[in-house]
Amino acid sequence: MAQHPHSTQSNGSHGGHGSHGESHEAHGSLKSYVIGFVLSIILTIIPIVLVLNDIVEGTAAYVVLFATAILQFVVQLFFFMHLKEEASPRWNLMTLLLGLMIVLIIIVGSIWIMLNNQVTY
Amino acid sequence: MASNKNHAAQARAGNHGHDGHHDLESLRLMGFWIFLITDCILFGTLFATYAVLSNSTAGGPTGAEMFEMPGIIAETFILLTSSFTSGLALLCMNRGDRKGLIGWLAVTAALGACFIGLELNEFVHLVHEGVTIGTSAYWSAFYTLVSTHGIHVTIGLFWMIAIMIQLGKHGITPVTRRKVNVIGLYWHFLDVVWIFVFTVVYMMEVM
Repeated sequence: MAQHPHSTQSNGSHGGHGSHGESHEAHGSLKSYVIGFVLSIILTIIPIVLVLNDIVEGTAAYVVLFATAILQFVVQLFFFMHLKEEASPRWNLMTLLLGLMIVLIIIVGSIWIMLNNQVTY
Repeated sequence: MASNKNHAAQARAGNHGHDGHHDLESLRLMGFWIFLITDCILFGTLFATYAVLSNSTAGGPTGAEMFEMPGIIAETFILLTSSFTSGLALLCMNRGDRKGLIGWLAVTAALGACFIGLELNEFVHLVHEGVTIGTSAYWSAFYTLVSTHGIHVTIGLFWMIAIMIQLGKHGITPVTRRKVNVIGLYWHFLDVVWIFVFTVVYMMEVM
């Protein structure tokens, strides 16, 4: 912190050392990527082992499949896509939540309507 | 080594100083997030279509009868690994290591190409068995959903190659840096979509 010549330099000039382009420097580390990778592999192996070998069946199998898929999604978002570390996390998160809400309405709404609509087809 | 560390420390210290410069870059990144959300809605619609039509096989073959899981599982692990290697490329970029960056991007692209190869192989196999997009509503929904993802991966491949060429020409500049960040997000996103394809289309069919 004692000396950082770049920040004083680039206050005035646009060129400089491109230090403003390195704002994403702090994002991600080898450790977080390795943890994310290992978690995603484990979360893929769990449903394959449990469901394809018929260890869980019926509703339990659906629960395992969806729980691991959603966890996998969360792992990708936080360990790989750095959702939490963004300069403005709230905006990206809000966009994401809006999108997920629309997606849920489309999927759940379609299934619901079509399942209660058997008479017409 | 020492100078690299110094450099990173400086950048981190500079982070808090002048946020005004970062606004445009983070706005561009946010714009890409909005694109990803629209893509999310596209895939959501296709997933809904698939879910609604999943019993409409018109007396023809079902997915459970046709899918060969070993290939699908291989595809899944290949794509997961490529998501990881694209992360490693990003880490190399943050260290200012251009060779490492291009190298890991090349590994990612190669894994992506393997994925596409396996998927095409699966489609060819299915068509040989007599299951085409016109067989039944179920298979129409299947081919539309899975190939839309495949087309996204293919576009990502060409995009990644173009960025590798740019990196070779111009090196790591603020512009190429942003492009690598964006393709990284795109690639992770495709991985997420595939996980749901894998779960909803394949695993739920064969369970």
